[in-house]
Amino acid sequence: MTSRKIDPRIKVTRRNFLQSSAAALPAGALVAGGATLGAESAWAQASTLTPHTMATLTLMARDIYPHDQIGDASYRKAVAHWDTDAAASPAKHSMINDGVAQLNAESKKRFKADYVKLPDEASRVTVLKAIEAHPFFKAVRADLVVSLYNQHDLWPKFGYEGASAQLGGYIHRGFNDIDWLPTA
Amino acid sequence: MTNKLAKFDLNDDSVFVIIGSGAGGGTLGNELAQKGVKVVILEAGARFNIPDFVNDEWPSFQQLAWTDPRVASGSWQVAKDFPNLPAWIVKAVGGTSIHWAGASLRFGEWEYKAKTTYGDIKGANLLDWPITLAEMEPYYANAENRMGVNGTNGIPHLPGNNNFKVMQAGATKIGYKTVFTGNMAINSQPRDGRGSCEQIGFCFQGCKSGAKWSTLYTEIPKGEATGNLEVRPLSQAITIEHDASGKVTAVVYADAKGVMQRQKARAIAVAGNSIESPRLLLNSASSKYPDGLANSSGQVGRNYMRHTTGSVYASFERPVHMYRGTTMAGIIRDESTNNPKRGFVGGYEMETISLGLPFAAAFFQPGAWGRDFTSKLDDYPNTAGMWIIGEDMPQETNRVTLDGTLKDKFGMKVANVHFDDHPNDIAMRKHGYQQGTAVYQAIGATRVSEVPPYPSTHNLGTNRMSANARDGVVNKYGQTHDIKNLFISDGSQFTTGAGVNPTLTIVALAVRQGDNIAGMMTRGEI
Ligand SMILES: Cc1cc2nc3c(=O)[nH]c(=O)nc-3n(C[C@H](O)[C@H](O)[C@H](O)COP(=O)(O)OP(=O)(O)OC[C@H]3O[C@@H](n4cnc5c(N)ncnc54)[C@H](O)[C@@H]3O)c2cc1C
Ligand code: SF4
Repeated sequence: MTSRKIDPRIKVTRRNFLQSSAAALPAGALVAGGATLGAESAWAQASTLTPHTMATLTLMARDIYPHDQIGDASYRKAVAHWDTDAAASPAKHSMINDGVAQLNAESKKRFKADYVKLPDEASRVTVLKAIEAHPFFKAVRADLVVSLYNQHDLWPKFGYEGASAQLGGYIHRGFNDIDWLPTA
Repeated sequence: MTNKLAKFDLNDDSVFVIIGSGAGGGTLGNELAQKGVKVVILEAGARFNIPDFVNDEWPSFQQLAWTDPRVASGSWQVAKDFPNLPAWIVKAVGGTSIHWAGASLRFGEWEYKAKTTYGDIKGANLLDWPITLAEMEPYYANAENRMGVNGTNGIPHLPGNNNFKVMQAGATKIGYKTVFTGNMAINSQPRDGRGSCEQIGFCFQGCKSGAKWSTLYTEIPKGEATGNLEVRPLSQAITIEHDASGKVTAVVYADAKGVMQRQKARAIAVAGNSIESPRLLLNSASSKYPDGLANSSGQVGRNYMRHTTGSVYASFERPVHMYRGTTMAGIIRDESTNNPKRGFVGGYEMETISLGLPFAAAFFQPGAWGRDFTSKLDDYPNTAGMWIIGEDMPQETNRVTLDGTLKDKFGMKVANVHFDDHPNDIAMRKHGYQQGTAVYQAIGATRVSEVPPYPSTHNLGTNRMSANARDGVVNKYGQTHDIKNLFISDGSQFTTGAGVNPTLTIVALAVRQGDNIAGMMTRGEI
């Protein structure tokens, strides 16, 4: 289990139970898309927060930072730590539970269903907009900006090559290889 | 070098104590040690070596940055986006010279005479420096030589990377003339026992090839090799003490275990960067100096400047890979003169910048979410970027104060950094955004984003230099007007900020100050 300390206000932790839970998923669960991401079955092993809450956080993660080239497993990985955080901190536990309750209240008010049951992204974004000033939303978003984009295995999908010193930098690997600029 | 590192006694009152080991403090420490002065540098952060640096933005930030609490207030965007991180600076031996990109430019002559040149600007607390460019020139030459600034001393310029080539092509297209790969304190060929730039691209995370100058592996080991310099890491100064006559006598600091120690001193130089230096002076208030040390003018902590900044990032149809190679890979200098016809006084530079994906996500549009934002990150490999850095106006109300309630782990009140943009700053930023956009659009940018300022990397002015004791905190040698054996040796001395990156001037001032302190000591003045 690795646990990486980031800016103290934004902690990123990785839990190895994640890998096991991802491995235990039915193959179909890994298909991208809101409906599958909302699946509570993926979170059967969450211990403090309910599978419904974890599924809600996961779908929120995709709707907050939607990248169609990123699979669901990465979004799950980004939010998994909230379960252990909630176990360790009653304040966080209630912040998450209250936040999810408020999210669903806004969703029901507008669309008569829980957030995870809304099939289209546009409706879900409308609901998120309604709570974006809420501390719950802010905490989830601020955390995600690190817990999602700091996943090294995602970097190649964004064309980012990461550490280069061990490869001798880019001096012989294309630091000046641009070939499409107009010549003056 | 033999292994006889100096170790001085806490009760040795003949030592010169410097607080902070960054660009200013590290350089002054070496200068004094070379002249035979016994020096103790107290540094709040830990000591790392080049192999410890990591090419990974968040872990590196965690390793090096000052993340102890600070508070931001005021109407500036940073207070909204990063309320607990007003500044992005280092807490480690070497200070922010570990993070810095290396851009090393001299001030223009008029930039030492801001008040005379710009006249009365409403709301601005402008003042001329008590020194001129002519007086600084030999010290600039010294600094450029010791730092290995390319384009000086026969040192070739660096080759341009992709990010630079994009900016250069656009700049040329719209008629800019002074476009080149900059005057960087980065070796373009081996020099001074250090290798040349391998275009690694993590200049902000500590240069793993050592090509970029940092006091950590230049000034400090050179000073230590004299046997006159002791660097004490994990030693945070909490208060400076004085005697009945008002002269400073000792520094109380928290050591690695959090135990308070008292280092006696013959004289003291404060070089903790422009937030921590005034914090320390204010925290040292006593019955003799109820408003803090060296503060008879009331200017300690005031006139905080951070440069007018902003970034422009542009997406293109085809790949750029801006992160490959030097972070600040080149510059456009055509906007660096004072030309009030543009609607503001002072000048600015346009310099390439790049962020890795993790920092791009955090800084491109702080707080943003949804597809509009994520589509910018989807364009990451096809993105080019530049940073605008220009002169901002000193304002008395932009200031560092001690927070009323918040304390750090040693019980020391934390710094509050209050800042409001001056209308001149806003006009300049707008112009910079517009010109940066024009540069990229000229070569077919498909989308251009104006990115708000990052937490301050240039922090200046909070103990400013003035000819007259009532206008500022220090005289032309960085000696406080009020206490003759107390000096300021970092960017907080800046009377005004000029439209260029500050570190070359910080180093030149430290070298000059070293000469003058040695003279004062010989003459028995301190
Ligand atoms: C990402 C980045 C890029 C930059 N790029 C450039 C560039 O290209 N060109 C340029 O000119 N400038 C650049 N800068 C700015 C440059 O790094 C600073 O101007 C310079 O390092 C300031 O020097 P200093 O001596 O004032 O402070 P610092 O170098 O910050 O050193 C201050 C030191 O004092 C220590 N300290 C503070 N308080 C205490 C205390 N109470 N007790 C003990 N120690 C204490 C700190 O831990 C720190 O190590 C950049 C900065 C950043 C962050
Ligand atoms: S690009 Fe050059 S200067 Fe920057 S970190 Fe790499 S080797 Fe050092």
